[in-house]
Amino acid sequence: MIKLVNISKEYKSGVKALTDINLHIHKGEFVYIVGESGAGKSTLIKLLLKEEAPTSGEMYINGVNVTKVNNRRIPYIRRNLGVVFQDFRLLNNKTVYENIAFAMEILGADPKDIRRRVPVVLNRVDLSRKSSSFPEQLSGGEQQRVSIARAIVNNPPILLADEPTGNLDPDNGLEIMKILNDINARGTTVIMATHAKEIVDNLRRRVIQLKDGVIVRDQKRGGYDE
Amino acid sequence: MNNFRIIKSTFRQSFKSMWRNRGMGLASISSISAVLIILGFVLVLIMSINALVVDVQSKFDEVEIFLKEDITEENKKLIEDFAQNEDGIKSIEYISQEKALEILKKDWGEEADLLEGVTTLPDSYKIKIIDIQNTDKIVEKINDIEGIDKIKYHKDIIDKLKVFAKYIRFGGIIVIAVLIAISVFIISNTIKLTVASRRREIGIMKYIGATNSYIKTPFVLEGVLFGIVAAIMSILIVYFGYGYLFDLINGKLSVLYSIMLVPPETILKDISIMFLVIGSGIGALGSIISMKKYLNV
Ligand SMILES: Nc1ncnc2c1ncn2[C@@H]1O[C@H](COP(=O)(O)OP(=O)(O)OP(=O)(O)O)[C@@H](O)[C@H]1O
Ligand SMILES: [Mg+2]
Repeated sequence: MIKLVNISKEYKSGVKALTDINLHIHKGEFVYIVGESGAGKSTLIKLLLKEEAPTSGEMYINGVNVTKVNNRRIPYIRRNLGVVFQDFRLLNNKTVYENIAFAMEILGADPKDIRRRVPVVLNRVDLSRKSSSFPEQLSGGEQQRVSIARAIVNNPPILLADEPTGNLDPDNGLEIMKILNDINARGTTVIMATHAKEIVDNLRRRVIQLKDGVIVRDQKRGGYDE
Repeated sequence: MNNFRIIKSTFRQSFKSMWRNRGMGLASISSISAVLIILGFVLVLIMSINALVVDVQSKFDEVEIFLKEDITEENKKLIEDFAQNEDGIKSIEYISQEKALEILKKDWGEEADLLEGVTTLPDSYKIKIIDIQNTDKIVEKINDIEGIDKIKYHKDIIDKLKVFAKYIRFGGIIVIAVLIAISVFIISNTIKLTVASRRREIGIMKYIGATNSYIKTPFVLEGVLFGIVAAIMSILIVYFGYGYLFDLINGKLSVLYSIMLVPPETILKDISIMFLVIGSGIGALGSIISMKKYLNV
């Protein structure tokens, strides 16, 4: 599903954020990416999102080589990837419902499908009651659930999450993890960069540990530390 | 179906954002209108001068060939034959001494008695040239024939007028080009504000997988709508403004100088099309320029 071959990333500033990354992630896997601050976790997510281009190496998503693609094709690659950020990134002038519907409108979805689909995902993140609230009227945990709903509304095969619990207290973090786990159980591949030791240790999944841009551990059902 | 829906929501977005930024929008519309209105009057000026040139040309397509008194009949025949065979000549007319005097008398009217006893008028030919561009060549050829005293024609006036018309056209184009550049700049700044205020939204749209054209279109549309509104305003202003001027001036001009301005009705269609095209072009260009920076998320 995702394959990285000898991927390296050096930023223009000269920082080598990733060096020789070889990685194979299968359909339906749940993968934590852990490591100290600056280890290169976000950089890895950005490469997958085509927000940054790798300096060398090859990258495949769904069997398609996406290492070097025309800018015009990037939106279509991104439609395979739901994405969740630490800071939620919701539109404050749109309601919860509209924020989610928006992701479908952009792809030109049928309004009938939108009306049918949005309540389903809202229910999935347990926010049916908040459908017409604005993001500012929600708690951090609720906002993150909206952003997860938006990420999965178009049914992407892969969900990328960069520290989705980073701004949340443990309880809310746990709530988010339940939802991500549920999404994964329904067949979506989940890749999650995180600092949350408790979560990684309790919900044991494949752990890929980065240190200074190099994979130092790739462990099935691993813990946060070795 | 898909596309239609996207177009609909795109329009909605454009109108919303125009309404939100109506202050700057007004500035944009005014600047495009200013360009178009000036363009309109420059055009009217150019068209009037062109009409004048055509008019003058038709009046000055005559060449007068004055003959020496001792010109032979063969040479007269040569001139006539030449005129008949030369493609560039429309007509030739022989004007004898007597006829020349008659014409003069008619021109002088009441003071015609002063001409009493004048007998030194030469015989002449009056030739009408089809295209006055060829006048020089034709005159040169006729000049080779023996027995011609001198040849008179009005090349200078026409040349001067043509040069004048050329300068007006050239100056007009420069003024308009500068004005267009300025208003593209103003528009692009207006739209840049809108784009900047929606920067976060654009970033989010890109993460979700919106195409560049999906993101760009509302802004381009916004620019084009500015342009169209400005064009409609300018069409009305130029049409009625010029119509007023025309009524005011044209009577006097045509009496004094037998010059005709272009009537407003004849320019309405041309300026309408031109204004709509240029107006929306300025708007589109302005917004495309303003988007460049923000699309590389
Ligand atoms: N746009 C950029 N330009 C230059 N250097 C960058 C850029 N983004 C990240 N870096 C550098 O690349 C390295 C890896 O950064 P990255 O954001 O991937 O780390 P991270 O593992 O996500 O850290 P954190 O846990 O703090 O989020 C760091 O040294 C960082 O300073
Ligand atoms: Mg990071």
